[in-house]
Amino acid sequence: MNDQTIPPAAERAAALQGLGSSRKRVEDARFTQGKGNYVDDIKLPGMLFGDFARSSHGHARIKSINKEAALAVPGVIAVLTAEDLKPLNLHYMPTLAGDVQAVLADEKVLFQNQEIAFVVAEDRYAAADGVELIEVEYEELPALVDPFKAMDDDAPLLREDIKDKMDGAHGPRKHYNHIFYWEEGDKEGTDKALAESDVVVEELITYPRCHPSPIETCGCVASMDKINGKLTIWGTFQAPHAVRTVASLITNIAEHNIRIVSPDIGGGFGNKVGVYPGYICAAVASIVTGVPVKWIEDKIENLTATAFARDYHMTGKIGATKDGKITALSCNVLADHGAFDACADPTQFPAGFFSICTGSYDIPVAHCGVDGVYTNKAPGGVAYRCSFRVTEAAYMIERMIDILARKMDMDPAELRMKNFIKKEQFPYTSALGWEYDSGDYHTAMEKAMETVGYKALRAEQVENRAAFARGETRALMGVGVAFFTEIVGAGPVKNCDILGLGMFDSCEIRIHPTGSAIARVGTISQGQGHATTFPQILASEIGLPAEDITVEEGDTDTAPYGLGTYGSRTTPVAGAAAAMAGRKIRAKAQMIAAYLLEVHDGDLEWDVDRFQVKGNPEKFKTMKELAFAAYSQAIPGIEPGLEAVSYYDPPNMTYPFGAYICVVDVDVDTGVVDVRRFYALDDCGTRINPMIIEGQVHGGLTEALAIAMGQEISYDAMGNVKGGSLMDYYLPTAVETPVWETDHTVTPSPHHPIGAKGVGESPNVGGVPAFSNAVNDAFAHLGLTHTQMPHDHWRVWQTAQRLGVTG
Amino acid sequence: MIPGSFDYHRPASLDAAISLLASLGEEARVVAGGHSLIPMMKLRMAVPEHLIDLQDIDDLKGIAINAGTITIGAMTTQAELIASAELESACPIIKETALLIADPQVRNVGTIGGNVANGDPGNDMPALMQALDAQYVLQGSGGSREVSARDFYEAAYFTAIEDGEILTAVRFATPAAGHGYAYFKQKRKIGDYATAAAAVILTIDGGTCSSASIALTNVGDTPLFAQAAGEALIGSSLDQGAVAAAVEAAKAITDPVADGRGPAGFRTHIAGVMVGRAIACAAERAN
Repeated sequence: MNDQTIPPAAERAAALQGLGSSRKRVEDARFTQGKGNYVDDIKLPGMLFGDFARSSHGHARIKSINKEAALAVPGVIAVLTAEDLKPLNLHYMPTLAGDVQAVLADEKVLFQNQEIAFVVAEDRYAAADGVELIEVEYEELPALVDPFKAMDDDAPLLREDIKDKMDGAHGPRKHYNHIFYWEEGDKEGTDKALAESDVVVEELITYPRCHPSPIETCGCVASMDKINGKLTIWGTFQAPHAVRTVASLITNIAEHNIRIVSPDIGGGFGNKVGVYPGYICAAVASIVTGVPVKWIEDKIENLTATAFARDYHMTGKIGATKDGKITALSCNVLADHGAFDACADPTQFPAGFFSICTGSYDIPVAHCGVDGVYTNKAPGGVAYRCSFRVTEAAYMIERMIDILARKMDMDPAELRMKNFIKKEQFPYTSALGWEYDSGDYHTAMEKAMETVGYKALRAEQVENRAAFARGETRALMGVGVAFFTEIVGAGPVKNCDILGLGMFDSCEIRIHPTGSAIARVGTISQGQGHATTFPQILASEIGLPAEDITVEEGDTDTAPYGLGTYGSRTTPVAGAAAAMAGRKIRAKAQMIAAYLLEVHDGDLEWDVDRFQVKGNPEKFKTMKELAFAAYSQAIPGIEPGLEAVSYYDPPNMTYPFGAYICVVDVDVDTGVVDVRRFYALDDCGTRINPMIIEGQVHGGLTEALAIAMGQEISYDAMGNVKGGSLMDYYLPTAVETPVWETDHTVTPSPHHPIGAKGVGESPNVGGVPAFSNAVNDAFAHLGLTHTQMPHDHWRVWQTAQRLGVTG
Repeated sequence: MIPGSFDYHRPASLDAAISLLASLGEEARVVAGGHSLIPMMKLRMAVPEHLIDLQDIDDLKGIAINAGTITIGAMTTQAELIASAELESACPIIKETALLIADPQVRNVGTIGGNVANGDPGNDMPALMQALDAQYVLQGSGGSREVSARDFYEAAYFTAIEDGEILTAVRFATPAAGHGYAYFKQKRKIGDYATAAAAVILTIDGGTCSSASIALTNVGDTPLFAQAAGEALIGSSLDQGAVAAAVEAAKAITDPVADGRGPAGFRTHIAGVMVGRAIACAAERAN
């Protein structure tokens, strides 16, 4: 059988569609045909529907709740309030941040649209009618909206439930509205270095409250099987195993009697990491009624009551020598966490990985401190398409670098080049303690500048400014440069956990006798294309074609334990687990091959899809042959079958980076910003599927555009949420979205089995400062230091007006 | 986002619709494309007990251009307005405006009648109808009457339409050949209502502006016919001074609310910019 001509290795490798192949997304066949299976597609016999009555006030005492009229609506089965949950001790639930959150408002409401009552009905229409008829009598209280007033002596007390608990989950609390103070770095050394610097700039950089707003809202179907005592919850969960463990801990249902299933998910972007009252209420309602209960949010509920992102007020201070070498960085952050601390961060990092804020620069000394406070706003603080608080950090440092460049009258790209960590410094330990795994920043920046013709753009800008001064144009050109370094792939179990669960991830592979396979992973795709890319990793590791490998994830009864998909952790952690499991398969296959070829296993070498005898490539066994042998032959000393499991605890994070350049034209009369050009160079290490990377970058840049140009969840002085529907909340369409130019360099991670770093969130992290820097740059010659996001028409016009260039 | 309970009626003739409206009384609402009413019902800001859907009434559909008059049936969709080559040639500003309404999906269902009759100051067609000096044909059990678009709007969602009446058509004189026109709208994104928008229709005779009419969208609780602004242009060569006077006259009648698009002062400013740019564009198109 080995007498045919063996196809060349490259040909065999291409046929596998492994690493580097732009194979088409296998999941798209069902999505493009409308055959996806989302939570709201799940319909079970006898299923009921739950809907929330919500607070109309930002801060108020609940004097009474009358459910009689709601209960009288035909089809309404039950109405749950905090009083009903108290006997079960479920009126509060633990948050991922060590706080508790009211499941249903207990005596007072702390943000508008907070959950007050859960109406359970035969269908969603009756439930909505019931919600309308829940009568709540309020005594209004003064709302705390401005986080800078949260710790005033006379600030309203928000959290009566913990007012005497001055020892918080992350150390002592300074005030009844204070949550934590967290710091990193050398404060004294930083202050000293800043004092001795030739140049120092300081600025308050606000990253406004926004919301991930996935197309599909959050929801679940809870079904308690009273016969076998098993609770199954299908839901929009980015971390199904963590949800199972948390559900077991708070309900006291044994973990083997809980099954969590994440079906197809229509986008997550961090919004689906947390645990929401709807999940608890649906589960309780199912336990009480004995039938399945579905809860699905509408878009307004999603935008106003589930986890927001950002809301960081960052005062950056950066010092430099007179020739532009950065000497020190300090950053003090006021973090608005809303009414409950429901941030989704690894337990030991209440401000996430914000201490990556030294960015891509070799800064000798730095310090950052973060105060978290309560306000009368929705809880959350999730990482909206970024690793934990990394986009905030990147935005702060990338704005500060531009501000420093302006102050020193230096080109912002030149200032960056001057301060980049050099290639030979990697692995590089930052002043705030992170060990950057690999990078080649100068090469990336130079490639970006050369591709866009950076010098010519600056020359054109000089012309544009002169023409503007002469009154020949009303548009100002801005060039935004951003160079980001991310920290993704949480993370090493030694310091990364969520509620005590180590942030490893896992892969389990079974090779079938005929040489196809199923792989199960502890993650869950929300659109990232896992069913396409995991098989590519495995194809390169085990030599079976990607198309013959099925991926399954999201069902806790079948998938190995993992911490889910967010923070660009899937490729760095579960991708590594897949590679390691593949290597275990290969190791066993090698033993089988040695037996079949009657040689010592050390005399074999791996060649794309087979083991061959060293020096005699005509003598080989393909992986497909070895798979069959594993199930068909009695091989001494080797168990039948061909399976492997790997639980991968990463030794370090990965540090993707990139150089983005944005060119805008700002109409000073209307405030309209036209993005003329956007170039994004990403280095995510080894590239698994270039087409999927490009798609991820396109999506992330579009979200970055949305954040920089318009997304904001704001509140009026009474705590009424403004912009809580898609009429106001800025989701750009294809019309508003510019053409994206993508590019790459490849600097593999030295510690990851295949050198990959993760990419899904890079464009959000790098895109936001690139847009913002471009808008700020358009006005820089007029004396502008910094203007806050979002750069919507009104704010941009206001900036132009302040600078005296409006008509 | 689920409306309250209501009964749905789908009459096949205008007479049937009018008699249904008469018999069901004030708890009944007529629905055309539904793109204003149904979202309000989903938010339970409108809770009609009866919906009378006009989509099966063929008499309410179509575009007729004859004898210097253009008549458009109320149930003609925005997409049909856009697709009509005849209408584009006779009165191109209709297409220009319709293309700035929401998105293709909405325009496939949204109608001109619903757009003008609902009284939502954010809708684009009412100001355009004022600029065109259109008449609205209203029919009730007592017969038919016409009301000028410039007199129709009383306040947000309050119009001259009486209980029991249905707006069946809009009618206006075909603009003079060679007229200049422009509808300029600033919005935050596709699907948004205007921060401010302006419709301008003018004619130029030997370098002098011989007629001009200007109307504004979404900068007051009704569409605003800017009579003084138009008059500021007539007789001028559309010189800088005349345009500036028109812009100021238009700004003077605005009274926008502060919202997510910006504070009132900004929206008034944008109304002025839109008027100025629309005049410039219309002047360029006129011949």
